[in-house]
Amino acid sequence: MTTYIIRRLLLSIPVLFGILFATFALARLIPGDPCRAMLGEKATKVVCDEFNHRHGLDRPIPVQFGVYVNEIAHGDFGSSFRYSKPITELLMERLPITVELSFAALLVSIFIGIPLGVISAVRHNSWVDVVTMMWANVGVSMPVFWLGLMLAYIFALALKDTPLQLPPSGRLSPGIITVPFFETWGMQLTEGSFGFIIVDFFSRMNIFNALMTGNWTLLKDAVTHLILPAFALSTIPMALIARMARSAMLEVLGQDYIRTARAKGLNRRAVILKHAFRNALLPLATVIGLSLGGLLGGAVLTETVFNLSGVGRILYDGITARDYGIVQGFTVVIAMFFVLLNLIVDVSYAYLDPRIRLN
Amino acid sequence: MTTITATPPKLDSEALTLKSTSLWQITWHRLFRRKSSIIGMIILALLVTIALTAPWIAPYSPTLSMLDVDPPQDIQKRSSPCIHLLGCPQDQPQHIMGTDGNLRDEFSRMLYGARLSLMIGLSTVSFAIIIGTVLGALAGYFGGWIDNLIMRVMDVLLAFPSLLLAIAIVTVLGPGLINALLAIGIVSIPAYARVMRASVLSVREMDFVSATRSLGGNTYEILFKCILPNALTPLIVQGTLGIATAILDAAALSFLGLGAQPPTPEWGSMLGAERNQVFTAPHLVFYPGLAIMLTVLSFNLIGDGLRDALDPRLVHVSS
Repeated sequence: MTTYIIRRLLLSIPVLFGILFATFALARLIPGDPCRAMLGEKATKVVCDEFNHRHGLDRPIPVQFGVYVNEIAHGDFGSSFRYSKPITELLMERLPITVELSFAALLVSIFIGIPLGVISAVRHNSWVDVVTMMWANVGVSMPVFWLGLMLAYIFALALKDTPLQLPPSGRLSPGIITVPFFETWGMQLTEGSFGFIIVDFFSRMNIFNALMTGNWTLLKDAVTHLILPAFALSTIPMALIARMARSAMLEVLGQDYIRTARAKGLNRRAVILKHAFRNALLPLATVIGLSLGGLLGGAVLTETVFNLSGVGRILYDGITARDYGIVQGFTVVIAMFFVLLNLIVDVSYAYLDPRIRLN
Repeated sequence: MTTITATPPKLDSEALTLKSTSLWQITWHRLFRRKSSIIGMIILALLVTIALTAPWIAPYSPTLSMLDVDPPQDIQKRSSPCIHLLGCPQDQPQHIMGTDGNLRDEFSRMLYGARLSLMIGLSTVSFAIIIGTVLGALAGYFGGWIDNLIMRVMDVLLAFPSLLLAIAIVTVLGPGLINALLAIGIVSIPAYARVMRASVLSVREMDFVSATRSLGGNTYEILFKCILPNALTPLIVQGTLGIATAILDAAALSFLGLGAQPPTPEWGSMLGAERNQVFTAPHLVFYPGLAIMLTVLSFNLIGDGLRDALDPRLVHVSS
């Protein structure tokens, strides 16, 4: 297992290097020089020379790339022109919102998708199966932004003044305030320390913070705000998971050992859950892992539709404001995060299936 | 001495006259046996018809403001759909899907949007297939450092979530439909390169390839005349499903304002332009989104059908 992890880690080094090179190249390919792109009309010859020198843009390209890699290795992902803040700082502020949203969407898709897929496989060709698969086909074809807007229209306007009314945007209703749980707990932390950064990161997730402080009004408000975006974001992974759960279950249910288990008199439930489902989990792990990338992409759209100030939203703002620092910095971070996720998926896959690590 | 007189087996006249069925005939038959693929093909046929006949069936030009019609129509911006057959007063001008924020006929724009959507899907996937196939073929055929170099570059492309990479590329190239198409095309290259490489690897050492080589066939002939036809089926399946993804991603880019620019009647950008009016004029969000969904759905259904129909493991079962 250790050798497998080491080999897999070594394999991701060239990919990481490629990502750095690609983002570096992207930033250099921006039409016109970066000075004019950043400063606009203020860019005179003198100002630009000064700007280029300050940002090391007058040095040879290989040297610039070396400097860039060195900065990333030290955790410096550049800074945003628009917010005049380092990317890492913006990321720590905004990432919790995206993580909360993606995590909620993933939970929704797993807890609805897997049972639907399993039931469809067990009741193969029944109406449940037909409806689930039709719905799964529609689900993967749904534009997330459209579904989000339609859900907002239905639940915020059409169902207004019914118990089903849900807020169409934002994270909290006006007037609801959130106090970080470490402050309510009276934890003594120096700002900027590693512990503070971690605790601060988690306290920005409203639901987590509400659970930690036992603030039920905050919890209810945060959850009602999260339902629509999480549901909109979950459709594609949910459909993929349901399909994969169904086909994996169908394949396993046709195996000899399932017949043996049934023949020896085990009840249906035990056969399906213990013998079949466990073995169908393996391909499911891959689909779930791969959906995470899609969730990050979908988050840009969902956050834009629901006005959530997460990573996706700031990326969108960065694009419209031509803040290349944000686009470049966030792209690198997200890609590295994605490589890490793939690594975790592969390793867990190897853990679940010994055939892979021994091959 | 005994003579064995074997009675010749009675020949089934039907078996003798039975024509050999090609893979494509089998595929076609099977595709028509699945309800879902039939639904997909009906939707697609409808879309193609709309796209081809848009100039004749659209009541107005897609970029024409109702103020510029002769005589100018007295109509509100973002007016609700008005269909005479469904009881809309005859003295009001008919707009089946209402009008948009610039007083244009939404229905005409929707019809023209079908052209763009199909064009987007086909052009990005053709671009990705051509480049992906060549790269995959080179990687699989030559192996060694060429293989390593090409496939590591593909790994890097796959390391980004596809929509985010497309966003980054369009940000650099500048917003616009062509740049968005290019970005989505680049992002989808790795899928085809991988399919092609796998096919090349699986047939490279086979006898018919060696035969061609010993007959003096050059690399070009071996790659594109011997190996490519064998990779065609997975490429077709991947391509059909790829069209669905490309249309969805292009719509997303246009929605974010990075793809087609106004006044182009592109569904994604039409939806994006009116998204803040969802509570006052929901029809302007509903119709374009529905159209995107149906288009993507049709390609997904056909792609799934093709995958099952072209699966060689099933060929003898139902042919």
